Amino acid sequence: MAGKTMFDKIWDSHIVDDPEGEPTLLYVDLHLVHEVTSPQAFEGLRLANRKVRRPDLTIATVDHNVPTTDRDKPIGDPISKQQVDTLAENVEEFDITFYGVHSPEQGIVHVIGPQQGYTQPGKIIVCGDSHTATHGAFGAMAIPLGTSQVEHVLATQCLLQEKPKTMEIRINGDLPNGVSAKDVILGIIGKIGVDGGTGYAIEYTGDVIKNLPMEGRMTICNMSIEAGARVGMVAPDETTFEWLKGRPQVPQGDDFDQITKEWVLLASDSDAEYDKIVEIDATELEPYITWGTNPGQVLSVKDSIPDPESFDNAEEKESAERALEYMALEPETPLIDIQVDRVFIGSCTNSRITDLRDAAEIIKGYKVSPKVNAMVVPGSTLVKWQAEKEGLDQIFIDSGFEWREAGCSMCLGMNPDILEPHERCASTSNRNFEGRQGKDGRTHLVSPQMAAAAAIEGHFVDVRDWKLNN
Amino acid sequence: MDSFKNHKGVVTPLDRSNIDTDQIIPAEYLKRVERTGFGPFLFNDWRKLPNGKPDPNFVLNQSFYDIGTILVARRNFGSGSSREHAVWALMNHGFKAVVASSFAEIFHKNSFENGLVPVILPDEHISTILDRAAAQPGYQLFIDLDNCEVSDDHGLHVPFVLHEDSSTHDFRKNTLLNGLDSIGLTLQQENKIDEYEKNVRHD
Repeated sequence: MAGKTMFDKIWDSHIVDDPEGEPTLLYVDLHLVHEVTSPQAFEGLRLANRKVRRPDLTIATVDHNVPTTDRDKPIGDPISKQQVDTLAENVEEFDITFYGVHSPEQGIVHVIGPQQGYTQPGKIIVCGDSHTATHGAFGAMAIPLGTSQVEHVLATQCLLQEKPKTMEIRINGDLPNGVSAKDVILGIIGKIGVDGGTGYAIEYTGDVIKNLPMEGRMTICNMSIEAGARVGMVAPDETTFEWLKGRPQVPQGDDFDQITKEWVLLASDSDAEYDKIVEIDATELEPYITWGTNPGQVLSVKDSIPDPESFDNAEEKESAERALEYMALEPETPLIDIQVDRVFIGSCTNSRITDLRDAAEIIKGYKVSPKVNAMVVPGSTLVKWQAEKEGLDQIFIDSGFEWREAGCSMCLGMNPDILEPHERCASTSNRNFEGRQGKDGRTHLVSPQMAAAAAIEGHFVDVRDWKLNN
Repeated sequence: MDSFKNHKGVVTPLDRSNIDTDQIIPAEYLKRVERTGFGPFLFNDWRKLPNGKPDPNFVLNQSFYDIGTILVARRNFGSGSSREHAVWALMNHGFKAVVASSFAEIFHKNSFENGLVPVILPDEHISTILDRAAAQPGYQLFIDLDNCEVSDDHGLHVPFVLHEDSSTHDFRKNTLLNGLDSIGLTLQQENKIDEYEKNVRHD
């Protein structure tokens, strides 16, 4: 019999009930809650006179709606304020640990879970948010939920889940200079498509993954959903343990050394079989830019906007025509000739300390183009403070970037940070859908390095040719 | 959740693939704390011209399609954000079912949880339905969940699935037919949850 995948090991150890012909009932170790997808779930509990089964395994924060400036003033938008206030009332009523807007631990839910050490190998982690797979970077099984399932987990601490198939995406070789974790996942999405991972739990393996720091692994797992997969994961190893050691919620001292001995066993067995294997040669990866209105419409920085006529398939041709009209781009335009109005460095994909270091290295000694409005939104208040300790804030400010408070910000425009109609943005976030960053806004997804360089030049550039000015 | 046996209704054709939940309901309309009131914002940005007036070319602004209760689109419907508000907006507007050649997973699950019926048909039949709906405003489909068949008055009569996996299809068909609440179902297993916490987690 073949060995087990990491996915199977975690799945099997969380089965509460597994009736024939029905979804499996899995136990949830950690439930992360934010203000947008939870109010109706708490209301459902109240209406049915149910309680939160395990408030001790549930934590909450506010991230989507919170402003990134003027935190000392009340939230200006009354409906946003109501949503934030509603969560504060719900956590009080149901006795849930809460990192509110003025808490030093506040931040994007997928940044603070790992930061505080709640995210640990082997756990089943859920959140009413599609980017929950981020936590899979630690060898956890992290699953995104809708609000009805949020209510289900609040009430039962369990999840009814059909078992997905497994896919290994193996990235062999060494990452070329100037190619980041963001480019790895954009390259994967470009290859397998926006629904290539539908129905699968993905495990990312290979030399590239082994050599990436935790932040890079999180970036890759984060965007699994952009390839259609709800679950993305990486085997825990010394890099994982080193990153987690000493964080507030992990076991300390000898207990930590003990638990790492269990965690290391979670890795897929060498003879484990996956339902599908995709191999990627890292040396062929390049810095990428999305040109269209879904993350699969992506090309190398060296390429030009495609001619819709060049697509064989009628559906792709029509989709490209629509995308180019929305994005106001002409076929055959080199991507490096595209001018940008805004630059956004942030989001649960790319707002961690290494992302900020990578961007700061590019812009140090340069000024933001006078045509560009650029901002940095750290993923959490603690990331912000760490960056300030390292002097990164000053590099950004000297260069002409705005330095903001932590939150989801312009990734999805639920707070005041939005694109004006027809503004074009180089963004380190995860979705280039129509209107994602503001109605009629135009989004190009890139790495932090590529976004930083575009801010300086006012148009896209190949970071592999960038001259550091340190 | 209401049960669903069968439904005959007007088709609203939306001939696009990869329709993401940001299009179904943009983020700025997610701030309500209720499950209701999202209908007016369904496909908000596609419905409105830059000047804020309704775009007469968009199906939901055309009276003979706006009354539709069955939305028909192409593959990977509901991709992107996990927002269940997308399902609520469709249902608030009056849709009972979405017919597509495939669904993104989170939307797919959210639709089962709310009783919005996700009907999966092969591309060729989607094309037939879209063509007929475009040619004949008011064109109707009949969805028979018990027999898992879609038909019209012009000879179309085809089987459908709710999910590619047959056991998931059977399970979900049963919950939709009976309007079963999944929390209620799980709470029937509360002793097993207690046992897991005691014996496996040692809580």
